[in-house]
Parts: sequence; structure tokens; C-alpha cells
Amino acid sequence: MAVLEKPVAAPRARPREQSPFARIAGDFAQSPVAIAGLVVIVVIILLAVTASLIAPQNPYDLAQLDIMDGRLPPGSSSADGLTFWLGTDDQGRDMLSGILYGLRISLIVGAGSALVAGLVGTSLGLTAAYAGGRVEAAIMRLVDLQLSFPAILVALMILAALGKGVVNVMLALVIVEWASYARTARGAALAERAREYIEAAECLALPKWRVVFRHLLPNCLPPLIVIGTIQVARAIALEATLSFLGLGVPITEPSLGLLIANGYQYMLSGKYWISFYPGIALLVTIMAINLVGDQLRDVLNPRLQR
Amino acid sequence: MLLWFLRRLLQAMFVMLAMSLIVFIGLHAIGNPVDILISPEADQAERARIITQLGFDKPLWQQYAYFLQGALHGDLGRSFVFNEPALQLILQRMPATLELAVTAVLLSVLVGLPLGLFAGLYPNSFAGRAVMAGSILGFSLPGFWVGLMLIMVFAVSLGWLPSSGRGTTAALFGVQWSFLTRDGLAHLVLPALNLSLFNISLVLRLARAGVRETMPLDYIRFARAKGLSPTRVVFVHVLRNILIPVVTVVGLELGSTIAFSVVTESVFAWPGMGKLIIDSINVLDRPVIVAYLMIVVVMFVTINLVVDLLYTALDPRVRLGGRA
Repeated sequence: MAVLEKPVAAPRARPREQSPFARIAGDFAQSPVAIAGLVVIVVIILLAVTASLIAPQNPYDLAQLDIMDGRLPPGSSSADGLTFWLGTDDQGRDMLSGILYGLRISLIVGAGSALVAGLVGTSLGLTAAYAGGRVEAAIMRLVDLQLSFPAILVALMILAALGKGVVNVMLALVIVEWASYARTARGAALAERAREYIEAAECLALPKWRVVFRHLLPNCLPPLIVIGTIQVARAIALEATLSFLGLGVPITEPSLGLLIANGYQYMLSGKYWISFYPGIALLVTIMAINLVGDQLRDVLNPRLQR
Repeated sequence: MLLWFLRRLLQAMFVMLAMSLIVFIGLHAIGNPVDILISPEADQAERARIITQLGFDKPLWQQYAYFLQGALHGDLGRSFVFNEPALQLILQRMPATLELAVTAVLLSVLVGLPLGLFAGLYPNSFAGRAVMAGSILGFSLPGFWVGLMLIMVFAVSLGWLPSSGRGTTAALFGVQWSFLTRDGLAHLVLPALNLSLFNISLVLRLARAGVRETMPLDYIRFARAKGLSPTRVVFVHVLRNILIPVVTVVGLELGSTIAFSVVTESVFAWPGMGKLIIDSINVLDRPVIVAYLMIVVVMFVTINLVVDLLYTALDPRVRLGGRA
């Protein structure tokens, strides 16, 4: 296909049979930076999934830890020959293993909450656009209210009332994030609602849920995908921040944010590695997602289509 | 207009009522502050005395009713830990937070605007691209981690700047400020820089986009054709136009800067209201948490109100409460 196509062909002259997915994938691949971001994301996910297989030690198996190995600088070795490439924390945990396990928690919390928030927010947004009237007014008033307070404050207050825990953090993130999905979904749905295919579906007397979820939703997806990508990055950053403040995940399931917090007290004595490397892992993750999100925004935006 | 205002007010009161109720019930469910507050050595009589004194012997709904009654009289309860009125406790720490947030916002304009102008005027130069790449970094960097790194570099390794606290303060209008003394200013630099990093990126991008949009316009071309110097064109004709969106966004961001100072204050041990609330959450100091909540809601409702009013003043096309 790529061989047949002239490289300078205008987009309108593209073969009709090219699927939308192929077109989007092709446009996406135009940016090497975005491809790099995507590769990094895939690697990070693989690392997180296989953490228990590839990590030099299980950082939460107390039998494997030796307090004598505590706070060793990067590159030093333990008594039984294990090399700590990124150093150890105060409990003698290998930082590399800690980061791999921490990535797992950060990704689960970030992606999980963004997904749930996406489902809730999208459903409410579509409902608002399709139902109109009082339902719409009520939902959108709630959205405005939610968005008028900064995310970190809302999450802080929710966690103050609920206490720590992975589930509580996810709940807080969902409550913080659903509103931007709802607003986006409603905006997209309002534009699509007036189209003929919706009218056609209604004339067929299809059930309302079917019109909304099978006809309206697929056509509202592009902006939602963009928002979703950015929100995963936001959720990971917010979770790390909350955990750093001591309000996020418990010490038994440390995310990257909590690892950084653990190194805070050793910072002033120059033991930088306990906070430094988890922070790098966090930064690379967030940046990769943001780069992919940026490119997706350009690719999926019909106004920017070249 | 009046109706719109009243509706806003009603909405704010509803939020305060709902949130305070949630926090009341939530904190009650998480744990008993008595366990944290009373030393384990205290005997039974002492324990009972303190419980009665703090009102924990009453049912929760009654405690909430007392709180509401007090709140209507401007009394948000006494801190369990400090044994001071919670409202006073928070208001005492508010200037520190405001000082930090306002400095950060000023810094974001002072740094972000020139960089954005530069990146907009020379979009294809190496430096222009570097500035844009840096702004993506500014968006992606986790604030608290940057704070730690700033401490590591400037306080630990180089030893140039202090890492925590407000330093020496001086009084102005009866309030203590850090920016009035040399030592205080030195303490202010790192936290303010940390807090402003995100806003610097934001202002920078806005300014760059503004310059790119404005430069090809006719009136700029005309100004150049008139023979005005490039400096005058940029700093008078372009700058004035891009200032409108920048000022709007910076105003909007003041609120979230204040909110986000919670993190910066924890990193740099800055004694503001953000650090107070984190400490209070950790010891379940309910009156302080609830009072903080009330103050924050009032603060944000006011900020949003002012921003909306400013919009109508700046842009006559906007009508408040018009969409019925």
C-alpha cells in the first residue's frame, strides 16, 4: 500500500478503501517523537507487568532484605553478591526493584482511575447531551462546580475524609477526573446529535440506550481518547503527589510517589538516589504519555487535517 | 445579575454544608482523634475529662449541630492539637501562603513572558525550539520531585540557598513577611521557583502562540512599514495584544497556585496553611480540617466570582446568567 501511494499525494486523493485506523496510524507515525513516546510507554508497561520476574529482588519480602545494606550508593553490592545498580533505601531495598514494583502500582492507579472516570464521565456527558432539559442542567452544574476547584484540593479533602488506601486514592482520582470527560463528551455529542444518522436511528425506533451507545458514542470517541490519554498522565502525577504527602497509597504498596517521599529525609545528607531515580521513572512515564497525547490531539483533530 | 449572584452564593453554601458533613462523617469513620491526642499514660478519669471537654461524648449529629451553630456565629471550633480557635490558626498562616503564591505567579510572568516572546519571534531557531521542549518538561515534571531536586542542587550540593522555613521576617501592616528581609528573600527563592514552574510553561506557551498569531496581522505590518523600530513593534504593539490572554490565565491560575502550594509548603517546610492542613489531616484534627475547607470554598468562590465579573468587564459579549 505504501509503495503504491505517491508520497506527495494530497490527503483527499487517498484511496477510499484505507481504513480510518490505518489513516490515523499513518498520521501518528509522522512524528518520531510521538513514536518514541509510544515505544517508551510499551516498555514501561512491560517492565511493570513483568516486575516480579525481572526485578533482582522482591522488595516487599522482608526475608530478602538486610538492614545492613541500607542506604548504599548506586553500584555497590550486598554481602551475598547482589549488585544494587540504583542503590538501596533505608530498609536495604534495591531501588531498581522498588521502582519496578512501584511503577506497577502507579500505572494501575493511574490507568484504572482514568478508565473508571472515563466510563462515568462519558456516560453522564452523553446522557446530558441526549436528554437535555433538567437532567442536562443538573449534570452540567455539577461539572462546573467540580471544575471550579483545583484537582489537588478536592482529592486532598476526599482522602482526608476516607483515609489512605489504593482503592480510596482511585476513588478520589475518579471524583476529580470525571468532570472533564463529561464536559468533552457532552460537547462532542451535542454536535453529533443534530446529524442525520442519529435521526435515522431514532426513526427506526431503536431503544434510547442503543442510539446513545451504539450510534452516538462511537462518533464522539476521538476527543475522548485525547482527553483520556492526558488524564492518565495527570492521574499518575496526582497519585504520586498525594502519596508523597502521605495521603495516598499505604506503605505496604508503595508507588513511585511514596518511594520519593521515603528518600526525602535522606536528601539533606546527600543520599540523593533514594528520591532521584523513582522521580526519573515518574518523569519519563508522564512525559511519554504527554507526548503521545499531544500527537493524538493533532491527528484526531479534524480541523488540523492536512 | 443579582439573581445570578444570589445563585452563586447559595451554591457555595450548599457546597460548604455538603463537604463539611462528608468530612465530619469521614473523619469519624477513619479513627478516633482521642487515641492520638491523649497520651497512653493518662488514667481513665483524665481520659474521660478530655473526651467531655472536646465534646466526643455526644453523638456525632449533635457534634455537627454544635459545629453549625458555631459556624453561623463565625466560630469554626478549636483545634484539638493547638487548643486555639481553628479559624485564627489558619488565618495566621494565610499570609505565608499568599506571599508564596503571589511571588510564584509574578515569577511565572517575569520568566515566562520574555521566553515566550523569544520563542514566538524565532520559532525555528535552536534556542526557540529548546525553550518549547523545556516547556513540555515543565508540564510533565512532578512538582514535588522538582522541589527535592532544587533542594539537592542549591541547598545541599552548592549550599547557596536555604532549604526550609521562611527565614527572618519583617512586619508590614501588622503581618510578618519574608520578602522584606534579605534572609527571608533567600528562603523565598526556591519554593517560589518550584511553585511557578508549571505556570512558567503555561505563560510561555500562551505568549509564543500569541506572538505567532499577531505577527502576520495587518496592523503589525503597518507599524513596520511606518518605519518603527523592531523593538518598539514587539514591546508596544505585539506585547499589548498578547497581554490580555496572559493576564486572564494568570488570574485564573492564582487559585490553583494557592491550592498547589500545599505540596511546595510540605517540601520546603514553609509554614503556610497548606502545611498546616497536611499536618492536621495526619493527626485527625477535625476542627482545623473543616475550617480549612470552609475558608478554601469561600476563597475559591470569591476568586471565580471576581474572574467572571472581570470577564464581563473585558468582553462585553459575555452576559452573566443570560443563558436561561
